[in-house]
Amino acid sequence: MTAPSLAIDGLTKQFGGVRAVDDLTFTVRPGAVTGFLGPNGAGKTTTLRMLLGLTRPSAGRALVGEREYAAHPQPGRVVGAALEASSFHPGRTGLAHLEVFAPQVGVSRTRCRQVLEAVGLGHAAKQRVGRYSLGMRQRLGLATALLADPPVIVLDEPTNGLDPEGIVWIRRLLRQFADEGRTVLVSSHLLREVEASVDEVVIIAQGRLRHASSLAELRTRATPAAYVVAPRPDAVAALATDRGWAATEDGGGIVVDGATAAEVGAAAHAAGIELHELVRRDVDLEALFFELTRPAGADAEEGPR
Amino acid sequence: MRAALLAEYRKLVSTRMWWLLLVVMVAYLGFVSAAVSASFVFVPEGSEAPLVGEDAARATYSLVNGVGYVFPLVIGSLAMTTEFRHKTITQSLLVEPDRTRFLLAKLLSVVPIGLAAGVVGVAATVAGGAPLLAIQGDGSYLGDGDVLGGLALGVVVVALWAVIGVAFGSILSNQVAAIVVILAFTQFVEPIARVVLSQVDALAGVASYLPGGAADSLIGASFLGAGGGDADLLPRWAAALVLVAYAVVFAVIGRLTTLRRDVG
Repeated sequence: MTAPSLAIDGLTKQFGGVRAVDDLTFTVRPGAVTGFLGPNGAGKTTTLRMLLGLTRPSAGRALVGEREYAAHPQPGRVVGAALEASSFHPGRTGLAHLEVFAPQVGVSRTRCRQVLEAVGLGHAAKQRVGRYSLGMRQRLGLATALLADPPVIVLDEPTNGLDPEGIVWIRRLLRQFADEGRTVLVSSHLLREVEASVDEVVIIAQGRLRHASSLAELRTRATPAAYVVAPRPDAVAALATDRGWAATEDGGGIVVDGATAAEVGAAAHAAGIELHELVRRDVDLEALFFELTRPAGADAEEGPR
Repeated sequence: MRAALLAEYRKLVSTRMWWLLLVVMVAYLGFVSAAVSASFVFVPEGSEAPLVGEDAARATYSLVNGVGYVFPLVIGSLAMTTEFRHKTITQSLLVEPDRTRFLLAKLLSVVPIGLAAGVVGVAATVAGGAPLLAIQGDGSYLGDGDVLGGLALGVVVVALWAVIGVAFGSILSNQVAAIVVILAFTQFVEPIARVVLSQVDALAGVASYLPGGAADSLIGASFLGAGGGDADLLPRWAAALVLVAYAVVFAVIGRLTTLRRDVG
């Protein structure tokens, strides 16, 4: 499958005095799952809505392959999208919902039933959507996106409301899509939610791009660290220097950067240094994500109150 | 366009609302036309019947428009406003980003249901009104060519109302507001306006340019004109143009306002 890539180019959206999306530029390549991450209100949904032609950008553009979404003759066949607010008429059955949108993406009623089975809603096909749980609605939204078996898949917060089993299922599905060569863009406000399934990360906050790289590259920025309390801190500091770790005093103890707690413990044991406390202080992905998405100027606000 | 039409048609028939409205419409029209025909045939001793003969029959049958038009209007407006109420507009525009085509498909898709509503509405009106006219009055006139032509046009008028309803819903996309305005206009504002206008010589002609007046003109009879005759009705061709103009103008306004905005 040769899937088109997505190109977000200088995309900006101004709502009154607020810049919801501010000069955003990134690309999403085929054959990978790209996590589109940021805290709630960062501008993720607005960006996706501009990408899909629902909201008009104030500046910039978003391309699906060579052209804008709406310029594709049958865009629903190219991009399958499930947006956060993916909403359904409560009086329609799940199957009828798919059948309503089937003609415009060029699929048969048989296909509607197949997709419904595939997302695990076969048993609820004839049930009105008004009686669906949030998790079932997420699955129905996904079924709508997959109706035409599209090369590009865009999902806004797909794990919201899913049970743990559903979350594992969707991770596997995303992986499979990428392995098939599709272009997959998944938004989330939690890195942890998508960490297991994304290859690339695009992190935004306050409408601006904060970071874009592979997940592997982001991981290299994360460093292990340990916090140590010892009766002879000078011995610990010397040990750290000896091993090439950085040691800084912090309160009554020492923070050792560049080593895991286990490594520090083993080294101290081998050197015969007594420890009273040994705690993990890793700067993990989550902490890094928090750091990257912290509001601009928040440092200044953290002064004395 | 074919795909968009099919999609819109499926949207309509996959919900129950229009169906329920048809049931209420049949009951309501049957009752009202029976009551009106009774007022024509049971005239108190010493007073004159408001209408007699063919005029009484045609005025009774015109109720499908005169009091029935609220139903196709609501059905049509629901077809559009429900997209906004349940936010299905998002998915609709994802598969059909051409918003003009979306609106056109929506307008045309209600025609079959509008015609169906017209057929059952006319049938209910005749079923309610004809028996008393035939038994107690001057006859039901159901063999008369003009009367039958009026009935057929009644069906067309109901379908047109459904289309106008969609167009109106595209301007006022808030479902509750749209229904309230339609109810107020059809049950209160327009009937009063038509009666008042018809009392003022200089303005008498204006009443038949109001949507309900134009629709009565197309049918060729008016229940509201029962007191003063139907001399003020427009010619049929002009009435048809006026009704279509309402649909077109509303749709254009809807396209340039509601459907131009960002969705979501």
